[in-house]
Parts: sequence; C-alpha cells; structure tokens
Amino acid sequence: MTATILVELPSSLCALVGVDREVLVSLSGSPTQRSLLDALEADFPMLRGMIRDYASKKRRPFVRFFACEQDLSHCSPDQLLPKPVAEGREVFMVVGAIAGG
Amino acid sequence: MSRVRLLLGTRKGAFILTADGARRDWAVAGPFFPGWEIFHLKGSPVDPDRIYASQSSSWFGQVIQRSDDGGRSWNVVGNQFSYDGVPGTHQWYDGTPHPWEFKRVWHIEPSLASPDTLYAGVEDAALFQSSDGGQTWQELSGLRKHGTGPAWQPGAGGMCLHSVLLDPSNSQRMFIAISAAGAFRTDDGGESWLPINRGLHSAYIPNPTAEVGHCVHHLAMHPSRPSTLFMQKHWDVMRSDDAGNSWHEISGNLPTDFGFVIDVHAHEPETLYVVPIKSDAEHFPIDGQLRVYRSRSGGNDWEPLTNGLPQSNCYVNVLRDAMAVDSLDSCGVYFGTTGGQVYASADAGDSWSPLVHDLPAVLSVEVQTLP
Repeated sequence: MTATILVELPSSLCALVGVDREVLVSLSGSPTQRSLLDALEADFPMLRGMIRDYASKKRRPFVRFFACEQDLSHCSPDQLLPKPVAEGREVFMVVGAIAGG
Repeated sequence: MSRVRLLLGTRKGAFILTADGARRDWAVAGPFFPGWEIFHLKGSPVDPDRIYASQSSSWFGQVIQRSDDGGRSWNVVGNQFSYDGVPGTHQWYDGTPHPWEFKRVWHIEPSLASPDTLYAGVEDAALFQSSDGGQTWQELSGLRKHGTGPAWQPGAGGMCLHSVLLDPSNSQRMFIAISAAGAFRTDDGGESWLPINRGLHSAYIPNPTAEVGHCVHHLAMHPSRPSTLFMQKHWDVMRSDDAGNSWHEISGNLPTDFGFVIDVHAHEPETLYVVPIKSDAEHFPIDGQLRVYRSRSGGNDWEPLTNGLPQSNCYVNVLRDAMAVDSLDSCGVYFGTTGGQVYASADAGDSWSPLVHDLPAVLSVEVQTLP
C-alpha cells in the first residue's frame, strides 16, 4: 500500500527545507503519524529533531498536528491517519503552537 | 587594506556588517534565518570564510548552520546533540534533581587548527565537539561526569555553557564557564576537567566559596598570555594569573561590578573592557548612562568611556557574548545591546558611534579582521 500525503509545514521549517508551504510525502505501508514523519524526515533530513525529539521520537512540546479540523497531536503515533489525509484529499498540518504575549 | 566583518546574533535572526579598515562606512546584510534566535556566530581563525551559526527556537529546537563563503550562503549541518551515556541529573531551581536535557547551543568555538573542528557550549551545560565541519557532534563528557555535575544548577537564563577559551600555546588546554556552576579547565584535550573557582566569593550561594555553584557570566583571555584569565562574574570582576588555579578581584573603582561582558584589547594584554550593569535585579546601566569601563592596568583602576554613548534614558543590557575586539592597528571594540543597537569604537574605546540602531535584541557579537 502506497500513500501520497500532503504535509503543510510552518513557515520557520519551510525556510529550512526551501519550500513555500507544502510538501508531498510518499510512504508505503500503513499511513500513520509515525510512518508519515519517518518518511518526511527521510525526504528532508534537516527536519530531524525539529518536529520530534531525536531519541524518543516524541512530538516536541510546542508542535501540533492538525488535519480534517481535528487536533491529532495527542493521538497515538501508530494510529491510522484520517482517510482523507491518507488519500491525499486533506492536508496534514504541522503547526507551531500559538505563543502568548 | 584590511577589512572587518561583524557577526551579530539576535533574538530574531543574524546580521553581518562589513567595513573597510577605516571602519566608517558599514554595509548591513540580513536578517539571515529571520524569526529564529541566533545565539552565536563565529568564524574559523584558520579559514575566515568558514562561519558557523547556532540557530534555535523554542518550538523547533536547534539548527546549526555553516557558511563556506563568508556568510553569503548557508547550509544546515548536524543538530543531534546527544549526551554521552545516561545523562543523570543536576539541581533544579527548587533544589530537586532534574534530568539533563539538551535545549540549545549558546556558544560556538571553532578550533585554532582546523576549520572542520569546533566546539559547542550547550544548555543543559555540556561541551560538544565536531571534527567534520558540524555534521556530527560528540560530547566531551568528562566535564559533565567529573564529579560535581549533580550539584550544578541553572541561573535565571538556564544552565548554559557559554564561554569556551582555547589556549593558543597548548592545544590540550581549554577553559569553559557555566552559569551557575563556575569555570573549569582541561589539560588533556577535554578528557578530564578541573573546577577552577578558588578565590571566587558568591554571596548568593549557601557556601560563598564553594568549589562549584558560582554564576560566571563570561571569561576572556589575551592570546599572548593564555595563563591570565579575566572573568565577569554575576557580581565581581576577577583575574587569574595561574590559568584559573586562583582568582583575585579587580573590580576596583567600578561603580558596580555586576555585568555580563568582559574583553581584552587586541594588542594590550592589560587593557580590559567591561560594561557595568546596575544589579542582578536591574539589568540596565546606572542612571540610564551607557558606559564602557576600560582599565589599562589589568584591572582595579577603571575609567568610564562615554564619548558617543547615550548618557541619559538608556536602559538596555549588554549580554555576555555581545562584545568583541578586532585586531587592526588601532583596536576596534564592538558591543551590542538588548535594545538592538550595536556600538563601535575604532580607537580602542575613546569614542563610539552606533553602527545600527534598531535590530532585534543583540545576543552575540563577533568580529573578524580580514586581509
């Protein structure tokens, strides 16, 4: 099973990667948060450590994952992504949490 | 004719200022890495076009950037700073043990021998080394593991390793400083470390003369006298003439001996610069008067330098890595403020002028003297 997923990156990471807003990520196997981020980091190694901790692979505290008008940040990384995301019809958003002040 | 290149790290990006040897007309380039905190940039003394930058964000963590063309273009290199082994704990603000956690790189110190070798001082305090131009990093864990590590604790700004001095006469010797642990020295290239805090007195810790726990703000050295060290501590300006084995106070007639920066004239090893800050509670100059103080006698006797600096309503701070000197015949001195001004003197501090007024808060200033 191969999926092509549209990932929207925050502007700070777009500058690192050298894209405007979105990247297409292809992954094989079950489309989960973990497999998507593994594939994203394989395509763009400069993102390693930026979205997830290097060692633990836990989401960084001020990073959020949104899709289909849902906050997926606290979902298990091995849970299947929503079908519209897996089918490339909805974007998977990596978001820098809102800062106060 | 020689040129100078000023490398500025700010809260919201990096800037590079360049001028010819007259240092009157400055070109400003940047912001590089806009929106990111740039704690420090520094060029290799072996290859000045090799520049490293520490780029970080509370959201996305640490990036190390490398330029091979004097800052015109940049490439991301390695950002994996993994502590060696099980990192253990240090003291937290409330006195409880707290696990060591990497947060950011405060200071980059390129080697004196190779452009591909460099050191990174990080928070939580540790020293890392790269021998491949920043692609991979290895902790010099003898520092963190030498014995006193569990007693170290953060200052208000975090438990950062902010000062790295390399001894130009002995490739095996280097000095580092940590807030709030103190100063340390290695004589074997980073394998083993010795606390070098004898003579420091810090009233804000339970034992004012403890082996560790002192909030050292910055260290400075003149390359021709690597056994003479100067220190701006939380309070007190200090001097050591035996490579840190012992320290004595040289605050002398300073109006306050609190501050962050300290530096040494490029050609006069006994000429020092500090920027006195009112107190630990009030991080701005006394009476709103921004004054650099210079000692031409290695400390104790200090003169205020005011020509060209704001002498009313100035309430900025000058952070620990935000002063540098060039090595032109008439030594240039530079410092940046939390108000976004960068001041320069082309006559060793006698007169000053602002190079830029309105940058983000300046975190670090380095200068390269180029042929």
